[in-house]
Amino acid sequence: MPADARLEIQFATLEQQGDTAQVGMWIFLVNETIFFGALIFTYFLYRLTYPHEFAAAAKDTVFWAGTANFVILVTSSLTMVLAINAAAQEERPNQMIGWLIVTVGLGFLFLGVKGYEYYLDILDRVVPVVHFEVKPGEGSAGELFWVFYWIATGLHAIHLTVGIGLLLYMLLWRIRRGEITPAYYAPLEVVGIYWSFVDTVWLFLYPCIYLVGRS
Amino acid sequence: MSTTTFEGMPATEPRAATEPSYLTSENTIASWLFTRDHKRIALMFFASVTFFFFVGGTAATLMRLNLATPQGLLQPAVYNRMFTMHGIIMVWFFLIPSIPTTFGNFFIPMMIGARDLAFPRVNLLSWYVFNLSGLVVLFALVMGGADTGWTFYTPLSTVYADGYVFAAAIAVFINGFSSIMTALNFIVTIHRMRAPGMTWMRLPLFVWGIYTVSVVMLTATPVLAMDTFLLAFERFTGIGPFSVQHGGDPILWQHMFWFYSHPAVYIMILPAMGVVSELIPCYARRPIFGYTGMAIALMSLAILTFFVWAHHMFVAGISVYSAILFSLMTFFVAVPSAIKVFNWTVSLHKGRIIFDAPMLYALGFVLLFTLGGVTGLMLATLAVDVDLHGTYFVIAHFHYIMVGATVSAFFGALHYWWPKMTGRLYPEMWARSAAILMYVGFNMTFFPQFVLGYLGMPRRSYTYPVEWQSWNVLSSAGASILAIAYLLPLLYLGWSIFFGRKAGPNPWGATGLEWATPSPPPTHNFGDTPIVTLGPYSYDPENDTFIDQEGVSHAR
Amino acid sequence: MYHWIPFWPDTAAVNAVVVNNLYIAELGLSAVIMVTVLAMMLTYCVRYRSNGTASRGHRLERTWHFEIAWTVATLGVFLIVFVWGAQVYAWLYEPPPADEEVYVVGKQWMWKVEHPGGQREIDALHVPVGKTIRVVMGSEDVIHSFFIPAFRVKHDVVPGTLETVWFKADKTGVFRLECTQFCGLQHATMQGEIDVMSGADYARWLTSQGVHESLAEQGADLFRAHGCSGCHGQNSTVHAPSLTGLYGTMVHLQDGSVRLADEAYLRDCILNPRSFTVAGFPPVMPDFAGQLGEDEVIKLIAYIKSLGSKQESLR
Repeated sequence: MPADARLEIQFATLEQQGDTAQVGMWIFLVNETIFFGALIFTYFLYRLTYPHEFAAAAKDTVFWAGTANFVILVTSSLTMVLAINAAAQEERPNQMIGWLIVTVGLGFLFLGVKGYEYYLDILDRVVPVVHFEVKPGEGSAGELFWVFYWIATGLHAIHLTVGIGLLLYMLLWRIRRGEITPAYYAPLEVVGIYWSFVDTVWLFLYPCIYLVGRS
Repeated sequence: MSTTTFEGMPATEPRAATEPSYLTSENTIASWLFTRDHKRIALMFFASVTFFFFVGGTAATLMRLNLATPQGLLQPAVYNRMFTMHGIIMVWFFLIPSIPTTFGNFFIPMMIGARDLAFPRVNLLSWYVFNLSGLVVLFALVMGGADTGWTFYTPLSTVYADGYVFAAAIAVFINGFSSIMTALNFIVTIHRMRAPGMTWMRLPLFVWGIYTVSVVMLTATPVLAMDTFLLAFERFTGIGPFSVQHGGDPILWQHMFWFYSHPAVYIMILPAMGVVSELIPCYARRPIFGYTGMAIALMSLAILTFFVWAHHMFVAGISVYSAILFSLMTFFVAVPSAIKVFNWTVSLHKGRIIFDAPMLYALGFVLLFTLGGVTGLMLATLAVDVDLHGTYFVIAHFHYIMVGATVSAFFGALHYWWPKMTGRLYPEMWARSAAILMYVGFNMTFFPQFVLGYLGMPRRSYTYPVEWQSWNVLSSAGASILAIAYLLPLLYLGWSIFFGRKAGPNPWGATGLEWATPSPPPTHNFGDTPIVTLGPYSYDPENDTFIDQEGVSHAR
Repeated sequence: MYHWIPFWPDTAAVNAVVVNNLYIAELGLSAVIMVTVLAMMLTYCVRYRSNGTASRGHRLERTWHFEIAWTVATLGVFLIVFVWGAQVYAWLYEPPPADEEVYVVGKQWMWKVEHPGGQREIDALHVPVGKTIRVVMGSEDVIHSFFIPAFRVKHDVVPGTLETVWFKADKTGVFRLECTQFCGLQHATMQGEIDVMSGADYARWLTSQGVHESLAEQGADLFRAHGCSGCHGQNSTVHAPSLTGLYGTMVHLQDGSVRLADEAYLRDCILNPRSFTVAGFPPVMPDFAGQLGEDEVIKLIAYIKSLGSKQESLR
């Protein structure tokens, strides 16, 4: 066991430190799941109460953008895992960095597509209260669908941005200082777990937003 | 769970005897503000929660002064904002954080034989986030306060209220993250960093209390975060899931709010129960009665608490069948609490009881908690709740638990662990007097409120019909006594820091790994990893001794 | 008993008597529990005080028997209390056939009362003694709560729907009405008087109010003024559900659900017809949300109720 400056005083071994960090992230994700879960619960409550209005409102979502983002995120989870895989292997630090850069790139691509989609949404007048036009069949409950849309995708985008920030922190700080090695790459795994969670949230939001009313 | 203890610690620490304590090791402001030491963070939290306790207490003082006469003292708008801010500040800025962030932070690592929590920087961040939320709530308060009650019922809070609802909701939203971070830290620490030999069933019950409360905090607080977010959104934009105009249901807010806030009240009591389970064995000089039952009771409370929320809504218009179900679940959740009361009481049997201040607080806790609990049974009874809901009976019930029980436990813990934290002994006679005064003042303040509730006095009222004045005057008089009892510790504990007698490592002859360190402890707690061989509370009342981890008997 | 320090509220309705008995039983149970805990604590504290000489030997090691025993006993007692409370609650919240009906609208910060005969009151409610009174309640703004301590009866008054509560006063007198759900600035003064009178006095009071049109008649005026009779009237050519005999029946809705046609249902249909379209009818009814106040909705409901309940309908 290398005499590591990275070993914190409260841990006995780097292995304990790394495992504990991962457990910490999993437990944090329980908390995040419940946070998004409460929102999705509210959504489902109103979806079941006003099925026609929600279906009518959901027809105006930009399907290609949502689907493209779905593919982008799932791919980015793959590249994230490939990066971690590379980190575990002595000979391939450049591969790890490469996959991480691809992941960051896909993250930015998601945000770009989302940003363009928001622009289209504004043009289509689906911003509740501020810039909203009631479409036929929506009634007053349709606006609630759009409230859910903006809140859910907004919160998701914030979480994704934090994820990109963490990846950049890994690339520009920890990896540059040589702190991620095959002997200890737990911080990268922790970021990877978080990244997969952000991806999973989109897996739930996607059908709620884009597939309702299109079946 | 496979063994999560570790073999040995890196031998990097100097001898404990000459090592400076955590208080004096470095003394710049930066060394405190950027500390990673759980003990310093605990003291910083102590300062924050005490500050908010007095802010919330000032609001309460103004309220009770107002209620001494029907004509009152405050303008109605001011009174309404006072009780709202009193509730928000006391719940989120005192009761929920108090015991976990002060005594939990300080003693969990020590009790399990660790050198710090799993994530010390997250711990520090939690304090900063807490203070950030504190700044927002103070902003809301100073600007005039929110005026909806701490429960923010819609559509009053979203549409009709005049006050600073948005700011108050954001303050609570941010505060939730502080809770979540603390809870996460405790869960991971207790799972992964126990010393060799410290199995789950050898953990002190205070650790069980903090562990179970952390599970509840972690699971319930995100719902509050989403609730306050949606509330703030709807307040700001005029549209949201609670908006009647858009087909929303105002009762949805109540369901979502109480889904968090009922577990929240258990968040407030579980650590207090943990504290009392430490105090009674120490001052009765015998092991707790039914340790396993006590641990199981804590876990049952943590689980059952999620299934009772709609007992706050029996008159709100939920279906009779739902109401019956929730009432049944509420009776179930009362059972573990009752078991704990019996076990604490019987833990006095064949002990060698000492009546120091912490024990007075602990015994007071048991009685006040029991009274609060039986009145809770009355509220759980559907037909009686129809009459009592929304009246002063409910106020009296929850103050018996939150103030009578939790605050007593907080003060008990403060006195019990004071020598360990500060290295000084407090003056015992002053402490006992304050404890007794608190008990008397408390009962005088809140018992009349049960009567007022059955008479029909609604809560959240700045005035009342004149025939109810006598009970209100009695209550206000009690509050003045209670205020003195709360101020006294500030004085004599403060005095003891400078002039109190120096304390040795174990002034009470208590068991528990924290008492095996100097008072105050060094920064890294333990030089060598302790090895645990005994369960907690290895007191022997027959011979009036206690046994340490090496098997040696000591007199008190 | 000194009258200047009240200790126990009036018990002035059949509802109150039942709840009172349960409350007293629980007070008794609570007293037993408190006394037991206190007595044990005091006994142990005295007997086993630190410098006492009682024997500390032979402490019980196996504690499970006690723990199981008092857990089961506690649960048993709790379940008895629970069942009693649940039974009374179901009785309190399921209105029996009413002798009289009254409509109440809560708004910041007053109670507006309307009798079916059109008599109106503010912050007061006159009722005859010994009769079952059914109260239909709505709110114009925020959530209030209608509470009569002397009758031990309470229900929240929620905007967006109509709630029902009943009571039967068994003595005459004036009793307090309170609002027990914080509703804003003057919540503390949102009080009223329930004036329970003998049957004869009540009848005299009703006629002395000088009212010409009953609530149902006012509702009929609104029915015509807002064009409802255009679709729902006798001579309408539009395919719309008949309202005669509708009240009290079960209605099958478009989405497959079935609802009882009570006051809340009628209100939902008037204000949000698209979400409550009756099965087999086109969703073309205009919604009147924002055009009708709670008072007016109540008058329309009174009119629809007057078209006969649970009789043959002319579908």
